[in-house]
Order: sequence, then structure tokens, then C-alpha cells
Amino acid sequence: MTSPHLIWLLCGVGGILILASAVGEILRQRLSPQGSNPIIENLNARIAAWWGMVVLLAIAFLAGRTGVVLLFALASFAALREFLTLTTHNRADHWSLLACFFLVLPLQFSFIGIDWYGMYAVFVPVYVFLLLPVLSALRGTTTDFLVRVAETQWALMICVYCLSHVPALLYLQIPGFEGRNVMLIAYLIFVVQLSDVMQYVWGKLYGRTKLAPKLSPSKTWEGLIGGVLTATLVGTALWWMTPFSPLQAAAMCLLLTSMGFFGGLVMSAIKRDRGVKDWGHLIAGHGGFIDRLDSVLFAAPIFFHVTRYFWSST
Amino acid sequence: MVIWTVLPPGLRQKTRPVAALDYWLKSALRAFIGRDVFNAVLIDRRPEARTEDPVGQMVAALDAGASLILFPEGQRNASPEPLLPFKSGLYHLAKARPAVDLVPVWIANLNKVMPKGEVIPVPLICTLTFGSPLHLAVDEPKEAFLDRAMAALLGLHDLEARPG
Repeated sequence: MTSPHLIWLLCGVGGILILASAVGEILRQRLSPQGSNPIIENLNARIAAWWGMVVLLAIAFLAGRTGVVLLFALASFAALREFLTLTTHNRADHWSLLACFFLVLPLQFSFIGIDWYGMYAVFVPVYVFLLLPVLSALRGTTTDFLVRVAETQWALMICVYCLSHVPALLYLQIPGFEGRNVMLIAYLIFVVQLSDVMQYVWGKLYGRTKLAPKLSPSKTWEGLIGGVLTATLVGTALWWMTPFSPLQAAAMCLLLTSMGFFGGLVMSAIKRDRGVKDWGHLIAGHGGFIDRLDSVLFAAPIFFHVTRYFWSST
Repeated sequence: MVIWTVLPPGLRQKTRPVAALDYWLKSALRAFIGRDVFNAVLIDRRPEARTEDPVGQMVAALDAGASLILFPEGQRNASPEPLLPFKSGLYHLAKARPAVDLVPVWIANLNKVMPKGEVIPVPLICTLTFGSPLHLAVDEPKEAFLDRAMAALLGLHDLEARPG
């Protein structure tokens, strides 16, 4: 499944991380030799976690389709866990919660694994949507019923359905792009996460005008524009790795980075509503899985369907 | 169980849960898990059927060097209240061994992970909050001590529920 393009992209990311680690180390020695500056400590923790995530992704890419589907199924499990910890449910929902983790999630990723598009495209929004509330209804209590059912469905749509569209990219049939589909995943994650990182960097350097102070005090217009433009420029420069022309790649990057930004915004709103700062503590420096994946969650299904509609032969 | 996972291994070996004998000796399987796997101090919640004094059993375990995990509510809380009134066992134990540290631990989300009567746990995130140790003050009456212990635990609950 590896293609020379993938190796180059991974090397490029490795180079960026080596540079970032070096900058982080210099900053630590200059400004925070005793580990007293929280911003620099957090920056270094983030860089260390990035190494881990990139290595995991690279291993999954080398392991082939099964590896990628499995990795995202596990990520989906961790994300679902974080999400359902914050949603409303009571004793009557025990069985439907169990079904989310041990039935819906494995089935959705199995459908991806056997490339059954007709099923995985409608499984959660149709079958689970209609059948899961029945489990809760059968168990009795009607208190907050609509809230409980709606929040559980939201958790599944975001953490299982949306995320499952990342490995689904492997199965698109794009004429002239056979055997290189893994580049679609690498490209999606690279552009979206680069935009996130550059929004953080531009925001920290030049951020003045707060964008949504109620939602997320760290989001600024300067950061957003700088991040989106940087990621779009770099993404466009990498058009030769994708099935897109340079112009198409630019449009796609704008679409991906906007969706990624919206994802961060919406997921922040949920966190604020529930009174938490992070979704979890699983990734040092970043918070939980959803904190790192929120932008990919929103960008993946759109990227999948736009690519499928305009480029795929099926 | 949840508390065990966060304890350092040395301490984990010495820590024994206090559990209900009338629940854990109901079947051979439960008896095996409760007595042999968890090494629980089993006490009988039915005063009329008791052959041993529960406080005496706990004191004996403490004297043998064990640490105990105690659920002072005496049962699983299935009510919407965050905490049920404490049983007096905690007070009698504190009176018998006043030097022992009583560390309050709040387990968030436990009832969502595994409501009473369910068998399979939902893999949600549980958070444990440990408080500073309590001791029975000299001449402290039972009600005042139990109220103080409950307040300490509810304090941890509020701490955990506050946006971080």
C-alpha cells in the first residue's frame, strides 16, 4: 500500500517534527530551564505527542487496509468513550450504551472493511437512528427521553459515523489513482492538522482579534486566516500527490480547512456547555482524542463525498 | 476494583475491599470471586443472622496490616441523590482504631458505567478524586463525625464537577 509519495510525505512530516522538537528544546533552554513556563511545557508535550501519533499512523499505513480500519476503529472507541461520558443518560440507557460500543461501532467499521458502501453510508443515520431509541424505550423511564436519545445519536454520528469516513477513503476507485488511495488519508489528515497547528502558531504570534470569545478564547481571526492560508498553500503545493489539479487541490484545501475550523468551533461549544476544558486526558498536552480529532471528524465525510462524487468511477 | 487500578502495586496487595456477605456468598461463583479473587472482608448486613461482629472483623483485618476499601453508604446508591446517609460502621471503626487514616475517595460516573444489577460495564471514563485523610476527634459524637465525613466526600464531588 505504500507509495513513494507517502514515504516523501512522511519524511516531510518527520522533518517538520524534528524542526519543531529542536525549536521546542531551544525555547525550553532559553525561557524555561526549570520547566516553569506552562506554555512552553505544553508546546513540548504537544510535539512529543505528535511524534507518537505520526508513528502510529505510519505503522497503520504500512500494515495495509486492515491496519488503517483497525486504528480508526480504536480511535473511534476512544472518542465515543469521551463523548458519552459527557452526555445525558440514565439507568434505562445501559443497554443502548452497550450497543453503541459493542455493536454499532464494530459493525460500522466492518462494513467499511468489506467495502459495503450501501450499508455504511446509511447504517448509523437510518438503522441505528431508528432502532437504538427502541432499546431505551423498552427499559421504561421517559425522563429526558428525547435529550438522552438525541445526545447518544449525536455521539454516534460524530465519533463513529464521521470518523469511519477516513478509512473509507481507501476504497474509492479513482481512475489513474489505483493503489495510491492511502495518500487521500495522509493528505486529509496532513492538511487539516497543519491548518490546526498553524492556527495555533499564528494565533500565538499575532493573535489580536478574538473570533468567538464565548466559545474558545484562543481562537483569533489572525490565527484562522494565517492557518487556513498556510495549510492551503502547502496543500496546493502538494497537488501532484493527489488526484486533483493544482486549482482543484486549492479549492479542496479551503474546503477541508474550513470544515476543520467549524469542527473545532462546534466541539468547543459542546465542551463549554458541559463545563469542561478538554474531552479527556489521553494525549499529553492535547487533552482527549476528540480535542485532537475534532477538525478531522468534520472534514472527513465532506472530503469523502466530494471526492467520490467528482473523481470516483463508482 | 476501580480504586485498585490506581493504587501502586505494593499498596494494592495489602488493600482489601469490605463487602456484603449476604450478596457475595449467594452462589459458589460469587463466593469464589469475592473471597478468593478480591480477598474481601465479608460482613453480614443482616443483624439477626450475624455470627461475627462486622467492626471486629474490620479491626482484625486492619491489625493484620491490611488497608480497607469501605463503602460507608452500605449499599449501591440507585437514587438520584449524590450520596446516601452513611451507616454508623465508619464511626465505630474510627473509634476502635482512631490512628488509622480515613481517606475519602469520590468515584465519578460509577453508576453510569455499571448501574446496580447490570453485568456488563459501559466503557465510560471514571474519575477518582482522593481527599485528605480524616480522623475521629476526641469525644466527637457519632452524628457529627458522620456528617463531617459526608461533607468531605461531597466536597470532592463538587471539586470534580466544577469546570476545570
